[in-house]
Amino acid sequence: MPLLEMRNIVKEFPGVRALDGVSFTLENGEFHALVGENGAGKSTLMKVLSGVYPEGSFDGEIFVDNVPQSFRNVRDSEAAGVAIIYQELSLVKELTVGENIFLGREPSRFGVIDSAKLYHRSATLLRELHLDIDPRTTVGSLGIGRQQLVEIAKALSQDAKILVLDEPTAALTESEVETLFDILTKLKARGVGLIYISHKLDEVFRMSDRITVLRDGKTIGTHLAKDLTRDEVIAEMVGRDVGDIFPKPEHELGIPALEIKNLTVFSVDRPDKRIVDDVSFSVRRGEVLGIAGLMGSGRTELMTAIFGAWQGKYSRIIIIDGKERTISSPLDAIDSGIAFVTEDRKRYGLILEQTIADNMTLAGLKPISGRFLTDRSREMAAVREPMRSLNIKAGTPMVITGTLSGGNQQKVVLGKWLLTKPKVLFLDEPTRGIDVGAKQEIYAEIDKLAAEGLAIVLVSSELPEVLGLSDRVLVLYRGRIAAEFTRENATAEKVMTAATGGN
Amino acid sequence: MVETEKTRFTTSSLRAYIMIAVLAGIWLYFHWATNSIFLTPRNLSNLATQMSVTGILAVGMLMLIVSGNIDLSVGSVLGFAGGIAAYSMSIHGYGLPAAIVFAVSVGILIGTFQGALTAYLNIPAFIVTLGGLLAWRGAVKWLLGGNTVPVADETFKAIGQRNIPVEAGWILAALGIAFALFTAYRRARSEAAYGDGKVNYVLLLLNVAIPIVGIVAFIWVMNGYQGVPIPVLIFVSVALIGVFLTTSTVFGRYLYAIGGNPDAARLSGINNKRNILKVYALLGAFTGIAALIFTARVGSAAPDAGTLKELDAIAACVIGGASLMGGRGTVFGACIGALIMASLDNGMSLLKKARSSSLQSGSI
Repeated sequence: MPLLEMRNIVKEFPGVRALDGVSFTLENGEFHALVGENGAGKSTLMKVLSGVYPEGSFDGEIFVDNVPQSFRNVRDSEAAGVAIIYQELSLVKELTVGENIFLGREPSRFGVIDSAKLYHRSATLLRELHLDIDPRTTVGSLGIGRQQLVEIAKALSQDAKILVLDEPTAALTESEVETLFDILTKLKARGVGLIYISHKLDEVFRMSDRITVLRDGKTIGTHLAKDLTRDEVIAEMVGRDVGDIFPKPEHELGIPALEIKNLTVFSVDRPDKRIVDDVSFSVRRGEVLGIAGLMGSGRTELMTAIFGAWQGKYSRIIIIDGKERTISSPLDAIDSGIAFVTEDRKRYGLILEQTIADNMTLAGLKPISGRFLTDRSREMAAVREPMRSLNIKAGTPMVITGTLSGGNQQKVVLGKWLLTKPKVLFLDEPTRGIDVGAKQEIYAEIDKLAAEGLAIVLVSSELPEVLGLSDRVLVLYRGRIAAEFTRENATAEKVMTAATGGN
Repeated sequence: MVETEKTRFTTSSLRAYIMIAVLAGIWLYFHWATNSIFLTPRNLSNLATQMSVTGILAVGMLMLIVSGNIDLSVGSVLGFAGGIAAYSMSIHGYGLPAAIVFAVSVGILIGTFQGALTAYLNIPAFIVTLGGLLAWRGAVKWLLGGNTVPVADETFKAIGQRNIPVEAGWILAALGIAFALFTAYRRARSEAAYGDGKVNYVLLLLNVAIPIVGIVAFIWVMNGYQGVPIPVLIFVSVALIGVFLTTSTVFGRYLYAIGGNPDAARLSGINNKRNILKVYALLGAFTGIAALIFTARVGSAAPDAGTLKELDAIAACVIGGASLMGGRGTVFGACIGALIMASLDNGMSLLKKARSSSLQSGSI
């Protein structure tokens, strides 16, 4: 008897059928991954399950423990034991862990909160989960990973039987991911059904019992994870056989476009701490240089300091096309021909409430539009070409960026930097949190840009990406170059060993 | 795909239409409630004069708010700059040009100073300008010794009290129409050169027709009662500068970017600090201009001149759709906001007069 059964769910929006007869089952103690490209209908299906879309706004049936359910709102679904943990956490940062866990359900007497009981029950709960978190610490002082665990504790305090996790590891470090998986394994053992939405297929294969693939609002297939290969899942997700998702680069390497000598970057908070320590390297025209390294190895800081955007102290010599350049601000860097596709597009890359055109022209506004006066028509004309070549899916350049999918947003950031006509392109986590189809398009674009003679420096936490795209790989460990590999002799094992301090 | 594509065109014009509809509603109601006094040239001329000081402040404030900052000190700075102007003329015998230079320079200096504290020393704008609110109020009280300083200079008073001749109004109207045609021509030419070949003639025609109708109606109404008041002329000029800066310059675009996402703006090569400094200085200059009008209208500088004006200016921006978080708002919206507030003020006092006179006639 399945714990949850969703039968023939059809959900329509004006003009689109977002879910087209989706069926989904979840057993007690099962880890069931839900995968699909952005827009495939995963989030819509979960909103139907959680009562965000109430009974009546969709067709189909939902059963929990074989009892038909009609959720009118989120409260109803919670009462039936459904809990969803969203990508954006919904905790109050200023309150303590315990207060967050019991938010809205505080144990109280005559309106006075019984703090002792609240913290006692929180502590018990956290102990059951083997979480070493003091319920009296404020949530804001915890890292993102631990906040996520608090959110899970909160869900369990409401006796959740069905736990949905939407891209839970996007912001987590590797050790935090391990802790999360430990806890999920324990929950499985307790009979909790887990629905896991993720783009990270490694995690999906490692943890799942079954995998369901959605595409264009339809269930493409539900399989036992052990019967399936990664390529088969990708093929089902994108609806075509992708073969190797990485292009096969054969780049013509030219003269060195960028040379960096003696780059040292100091911490903002502790000015004597070196985050990057005396690093020198060069990139040639047409070359993709991958930089691998664990979180905190100094990858992002290295790029930020070269770009002149690091807020702390730094020192380095920069030579571009054989000429030494002084770069003390992002503007200098742009003028020298460096473009920097920053990590975390929502925070550092985009102005979400503005249009595609506004965002794409921002970095190169003066050359594109005019020195002092702006000219909309010229901007539109400038934006049209990269929108087409990057395949940004939007009706017009006047569409607000915040309404685009992650993949399209990422392409807007890339387009913004290509419009500055760079010689050197820095890419920091260029495919974080976007679907496989968009990833593949960005990979192809990187390859094409290198073929056109651009020098590219690529930083990514996804090792296959670094190995698949780079002509050469540098490995950073504690701010120093620990190893260098050519494309031929770089393997995941060797890079990982160097990145963790081995040799 | 279930994403709803919102374009800026749909959201921002909808907001503008709603504001204009609200304004029209308020006007019609007052016209009805005041027995057809409200919508007469005489009252509209008054209304326009009443809103000009707040309007000028609101234009500068809007640009500052868009960049994600705020200035709570404009009321006090207005008092101080007006005090300096009156003091220099009445006590030291300087002429009108010097007084104008003093008032505007004081505004710019104070704006630059407070802007530097905020932008370069990273002190929150709220704290800096709250300090300014107290400090400059203190300064004007010290300067005037707690007294009201009258200004005798008739040319100075004209800034706040006189109107331009009817003929001059029509000449301005002609210039305005020529300018509207020129901008439309420039836009059409640029559209033809860089557009995708689909020229929207209806939109183009509306882009020409609406401003022209607006200009003619405005001058016609103002000429219906003594001609365009000088403060209104100054306000309209400032507003046009504001519209131009925010919609057609790199500086204006950068303000929206800085307010929308300071990190993204900085990493895109924008010098956030320098732009924020500039907008503080600009608001300072506008405050100086507003101070001249305010002082000239009253005919004297008082220690409490301009008190609470900062709230009027901020409220006008917010009513006009600006977000205090930055990144959103239009000069046009802020002007409509100022006009809505002035309309309520004006309409209410008309109602009060009508009520008390009817009471009087009733008791007789």
